[in-house]
Amino acid sequence: MDTDIAWVHAAQRGDTRAFAQLVERYESRVYNLALKMLRDPQDAEDVLQETFLSVFRHLNDFHGDATFSTWLYRIATNAALMKLRARKPPPLSLDAPAESEEANALPREVADWGIMPEEALLNDEVRAQMDAAMDALPESLRMVFVLRDVEGLSVQETAEVLGISVPNVKTRLHRARLALRNQLAAYFARAGEKSKP
Amino acid sequence: MTHQHTVLCGELRGYLSDYLDGAVQEAVCREIEKHLAECPDCRVQVDTLKKTITLYRLAPREEVPAETHVRLWKVLELEMSH
Repeated sequence: MDTDIAWVHAAQRGDTRAFAQLVERYESRVYNLALKMLRDPQDAEDVLQETFLSVFRHLNDFHGDATFSTWLYRIATNAALMKLRARKPPPLSLDAPAESEEANALPREVADWGIMPEEALLNDEVRAQMDAAMDALPESLRMVFVLRDVEGLSVQETAEVLGISVPNVKTRLHRARLALRNQLAAYFARAGEKSKP
Repeated sequence: MTHQHTVLCGELRGYLSDYLDGAVQEAVCREIEKHLAECPDCRVQVDTLKKTITLYRLAPREEVPAETHVRLWKVLELEMSH
C-alpha cells in the first residue's frame, strides 16, 4: 500500500507515530499468521513482539525492493520458523521432500457442500473442523497455504517470503488445498450420514 | 447414465489449483470448462476445492487479546526509549 511506504519513510526519520500506524495496520495480521502457523497463543504473542521489534530495529534496512508487507511477512514467518525449530528438532526444511501423498486420494463421497453458501457452512463446528484440518497439515504446506490463501499474498510474494521457488509454492499450495478439502469432505460426509433419518 | 471417467479427469486434477487461481492459459481454461460441464465428479472436485479456499479466506481473524496488545506496546516503548 502507498501509505505503508509513506509511514515507513517517516518512521525511518524517527517519527514514532508513523511506526505506530504500521503496527496498528499489521498487528492483527502478524498475530493471526503466527497463531495459524504455531497454534499456540503464547508463541503467537512472542512472534508478534519479535516481529515488530525486528521491524523497528531494521527499519533502515528496508529499501523498498519488496513491498513493506512482504518484508514484514518474511520477518514474521522467520520468527515463526525459529519457534517451530526450537519446538521440535530436527529442524524443518522448507525444501524437504514431499510429504505422504494421501492428499491426492480423492474422497469417494460426492457431497454437495461445494455449492452451499459460505454463510450456511461457517458455523462453530465447521470452524473447529477447519482448525483441526489445518493442524494436521505439515508445517511446510501450512505456511504456504496461510500466506497465499488466508493472508492473500500472491504466489510470487509467498515465494519471496519463504525463500522458495514459485513452482515449489504452487506444488505445496495444491497439496495443502487438497489435504484440507479432503479433511472437510470427510467431515461433511460424516455430518451428512448423521443427519439422515 | 453412468459417467465414464476420461483421461481428462486425471489431467484436469493437475491443473486444478492453477485453474482456480486463474493462472491457466485461455485454451486450457476452455478445455477444463468444457470438461466440467460434462463431468459431475470433476465439477464436485472443483466446487469443493474452491469452497475450501473460500471458507478459510472468509473465516474471521482472531482478535489480538487486549493484554497481548498492551504487552506488545510495553516492549516497543521500552525499545524506542533507548
